[in-house]
Amino acid sequence: MSEFILEARDVHRAFGQTQALRGASIAVRRGEILSIMGPSGSGKSTLLHCLAGIYTPNQGEVWFDGARVDKLGETKRTELRRDAFGFVFQFGQLVPELTALDNVALPLLLAKQPRRQAYAQAAPWLERLGLEEHGDHRSGELSGGQAQRVALARALVHKPRVLFADEPTGALDTLTGEAVMDLLVTAAREEGTTVVLVTHDARVAAYADREVIVRDGRAITTPSSAVA
Amino acid sequence: MTVPLTLLGLLARGQPTHGYDLKRDYDSHFANGKPLPYGQVYSTLGRLARDGKVVGGDAEPGDGPDRKRYAITDLGRSEVMGWLAQTVEPEPHLQTVLFSKVVLALMLGEDAAGYLDAQRAAHLRRMRELTELKRTGQTVDALLADYGLFHLEADLRWIELTSARLTALAQVVSDDQK
Repeated sequence: MSEFILEARDVHRAFGQTQALRGASIAVRRGEILSIMGPSGSGKSTLLHCLAGIYTPNQGEVWFDGARVDKLGETKRTELRRDAFGFVFQFGQLVPELTALDNVALPLLLAKQPRRQAYAQAAPWLERLGLEEHGDHRSGELSGGQAQRVALARALVHKPRVLFADEPTGALDTLTGEAVMDLLVTAAREEGTTVVLVTHDARVAAYADREVIVRDGRAITTPSSAVA
Repeated sequence: MTVPLTLLGLLARGQPTHGYDLKRDYDSHFANGKPLPYGQVYSTLGRLARDGKVVGGDAEPGDGPDRKRYAITDLGRSEVMGWLAQTVEPEPHLQTVLFSKVVLALMLGEDAAGYLDAQRAAHLRRMRELTELKRTGQTVDALLADYGLFHLEADLRWIELTSARLTALAQVVSDDQK
């Protein structure tokens, strides 16, 4: 078994005339927390989307656990994202009509888990992230930090192999963002979840085990961050 | 600490140079409003010559305190290249050293972008240590770690901006040398 759970090999991706990725290659170790940094427009979010099977590359390969992701059809990629991956984004992830507990249980319900079982599995996550008093609140009744913790619980409730986080604290103040990152890192370590974290914020990147810089659509691995 | 290495770096451009010209180049690129005294230029060159890092030619006729041209030796060149390749210990208020290294690297046609990448990695490594201290330590540890983190973050923002401006900076340095 390879030490890498996820790899992008010479990935190119364009949107119309704009070349977002120009041969990006990275390898993510099992259980590590990797940050992808870079300036706005550098291609770091596109790289995350390619790794997660949301975008397919125009050229190059994406591997997850020894299998090609870029060769999968839409249905298989949807199943992969649902079953093996979790996602936390900067904005608008919660379904506003649902309560916090409903939102956390949602991935389990979508995976056809029995309702009682899904809610029994979801409730401890609210407690774990300090949200036990907010289970019946809708997203409009939650603060930004609370909403992001619910999103984190929802991303981890089905025990994904990889958690993809794209600027997860981008909309939060410093203290709230640090609390979310602390919970994210603690939960990921306890669950053994691999994390791919996109951020432009060095203080957020400092929660990761190592960093990869994306510049002009290419990933740069610095000497200290090289895969040993 | 950086004056001798910066003077060595200026000599590493190639041509043997008078102390006067070294002072002028230093003042225009690195002095930041605090010109280098002549006395310091010549005493530094004297020490570098004593240590075998530069050699002074014969005195030329004319006025002025010193009409020698100084040339860098292999030992001096090796020292300045080693210094350029080393990342700086990440701590607050490094800007002058970082700035000097970037400008000298551009003057010498060295890999300034690579240097900035290595320095970024060194800063992030230190930030990871401080973040871990913050996560596992007491409140006082967290406050101290925050102090360091905010200063290192300021350095990093400078590194990012300088990386983005490297092409423009290289042009300025190149124009100044013509």
